[in-house]
Amino acid sequence: MGENGAGKSTLIKVLTGAVQPDAGTVTLGGTAIQNNSPHRSRLLGITAIYQQPAIFPDLTVAENIALVNEVGGLARFIDWRLRRVKAKELLAEIGAEIDPERVAGTLSMPEQQLVEIAKALGGNVRALILDEPTASLTERETERLFGIIQRLRANGTGIIYISHRLEELRRIADRITVLRDGQAIETRAADGTDAATLIRLMAGRDLSVVFPKRAVAIGKAVLQVKGLTSAAAGIRDISFEVRAGEILGVAGLIGAGRTQLAETLFGLTPAESGSVWVAGRPVVIRNPEGAIRAGIAYVPEDRRRHGVVGELPVRANTTMAILRRIARGTVLQVAREVSVAENWVSRLSVKTDGIDAPVSSLSGGNQQKVAIARWLATEPKVLILDEPTQGIDVGAKAECHRIMCDLAESGMAIVMISSELAEILGMSDRVAVMRGGRMAGVMESAEANAESILALALGHA
Amino acid sequence: MKQRAWAIAIFWAVLLVVLAWRAPGFFAFANIRDIAITNAPALIVALGMTVVIIAGEIDVSVGSQFAVASVIAGSLAKMGVPLPVTALLTATAGCLFGCVNGALVTALGVPSIVATLAAMAFWRELLRWITQGAWVQGLPANFQWMGMSQGWGEVAIVGAAAVLFTVMLWAMRHVQAGRAVYAVGSQRESARLAGIPVRAISFGVFTLLGAFTGLAAVLDAARFTEVQSSTGAGLELKAISAVVIGGTSITGGKGNVWGTLLGAGVLAVIAPALTFLSINAFWEKAIQGAIILSAIVLERLARSKSSAR
Repeated sequence: MGENGAGKSTLIKVLTGAVQPDAGTVTLGGTAIQNNSPHRSRLLGITAIYQQPAIFPDLTVAENIALVNEVGGLARFIDWRLRRVKAKELLAEIGAEIDPERVAGTLSMPEQQLVEIAKALGGNVRALILDEPTASLTERETERLFGIIQRLRANGTGIIYISHRLEELRRIADRITVLRDGQAIETRAADGTDAATLIRLMAGRDLSVVFPKRAVAIGKAVLQVKGLTSAAAGIRDISFEVRAGEILGVAGLIGAGRTQLAETLFGLTPAESGSVWVAGRPVVIRNPEGAIRAGIAYVPEDRRRHGVVGELPVRANTTMAILRRIARGTVLQVAREVSVAENWVSRLSVKTDGIDAPVSSLSGGNQQKVAIARWLATEPKVLILDEPTQGIDVGAKAECHRIMCDLAESGMAIVMISSELAEILGMSDRVAVMRGGRMAGVMESAEANAESILALALGHA
Repeated sequence: MKQRAWAIAIFWAVLLVVLAWRAPGFFAFANIRDIAITNAPALIVALGMTVVIIAGEIDVSVGSQFAVASVIAGSLAKMGVPLPVTALLTATAGCLFGCVNGALVTALGVPSIVATLAAMAFWRELLRWITQGAWVQGLPANFQWMGMSQGWGEVAIVGAAAVLFTVMLWAMRHVQAGRAVYAVGSQRESARLAGIPVRAISFGVFTLLGAFTGLAAVLDAARFTEVQSSTGAGLELKAISAVVIGGTSITGGKGNVWGTLLGAGVLAVIAPALTFLSINAFWEKAIQGAIILSAIVLERLARSKSSAR
């Protein structure tokens, strides 16, 4: 177990040889593994099933299963009949009713997951690693998976089972190891370990990083959301409000629906029901243009893909969302554009060779500042930041936090989605926690701490 | 970008020095004038193609569009329709061809290479079926050279290309839509998040190219007494080559019409230069290919250098 970024996925990658360790050894059945690689670990019997099925969507189920299990070089001949029979056997073994001839891309998520499991069982399995395998499975399929796990366990296979679902772990685990910040914190017998203890182990970290959070007078509600639901985005019945000068931190596990909430508010995915008010007025948002008009700005998570446009200069990036405003008729007013860009470059102290330098020549932190500048240029009332400091260096991070405080001071309402607990606790006036597409709870910063947030995120409040 | 401009400039310099040395007759005004007039329509198409490629799309159907538009222009002229109306109607027809491509790409989500490949075959075969391969002959005198003397007609053709070039040069830098084209071609998703109507932009660039192609067809048809049914064959390659040689990124987001002017210029002088140097004309395509290839290799090298920073 472990919260976001605790190092679970990296650990799996080291065990399967996808990532090389700097030090230490991995021992299987008493022998240390030398020169581990995905191919080698597979031959030795280490198999991992990842959270996201790693199937080849254009190949059939039988081919997918065969691809990892059949041995021989690239020049060997294929026995198609045997391949189908084998796939059928493996699927039957786990009780999955999937036609081996189907193209894998047409399968549903749970079906793909079942194919992954069949694939894993096809080889000689001595150690099986499952990363949240039940996230997309139904109750019945989960039961069947547990049956398989019990059988493998009885046959002497070692199993590593990663899950956020405490009740699952209590059912099938013998021992539970908690990871935190890339370290194994403690290993306990599953019997007699309660949820509170586990949450404390996961959360108990040193929060010595200082955040430049300033106390700001909180004003009236700027953004009010009531009963927002979108099946397409997978969020249900979400209500909250953010007031002027307030920073609302949105926490939750990966996949809890935080980004989806932001995208729905910004008009990227349609909402089926619920209402949104900005500055006391109801608004209907159907697309990003509508959101911008309503005074909502959204700085997305994936800076390179959704944020800045690397080939264009800083100037064009800054004004991309306000082209209409810097144009007279449809003709862009260069002087106005230059002054807008220069204003933001200096206000956010973006380090660049000038406003005509391409954004791709800037460091990650400065690219992020340009992405923020683009949205501040729209003069929003509500600013939604999705993982604003992910992947930028410590100095730039502190500066981003300072900018957020400045903005809050100027009366903006800020929604900050973050997977970093320290950031959530250090920057938020209130903390909203999401789980499974719903709002699990909203806390004042005084009540919020690592344990209370994790308890809500995991559903053990 | 800069490297590319240099590479083209060096190529030009070498070619001009060789020509000045071996065949000074190349620089005769009449020769330069002929090159300019022959290539002005292709340049107009290449200008439109530049915008399409910067927007991250491509259109290989311009040659067929050009053929249909030429026949339309010729037929209208023969029917006695006044020249301005002919030009307007032909450009409108070109717009419609562009709209078809734009609709296939934006509304149906067909990749532009596939949609325009289909359009290329469709327009060409439709024309063949309707005209049965016949030329439109005996164009009226008031259509040829736009009813002017040959000298003024030539000035008008080159002048039209020059005006469109200047307009595009300005518009791509100073009009909202021009900026939006760069944003869409560079990072479609990012542009959408910034509130730019990305589908309207994609649709618009095809329409613009269609209009330019229609206009180019009128100007080209006015040079002759007849419209050949095979007109415009290979025009798409010429236009795309000019754009790519000019430094516009084939994946979109980067480039400008200056480059396209240079690229079209390089392509335009190769064939006559070979003639003047008494080199077999068979080499023309090989040399064109070599230039395009070196242009793209240069871009790769420049990119790997900048990403290595």
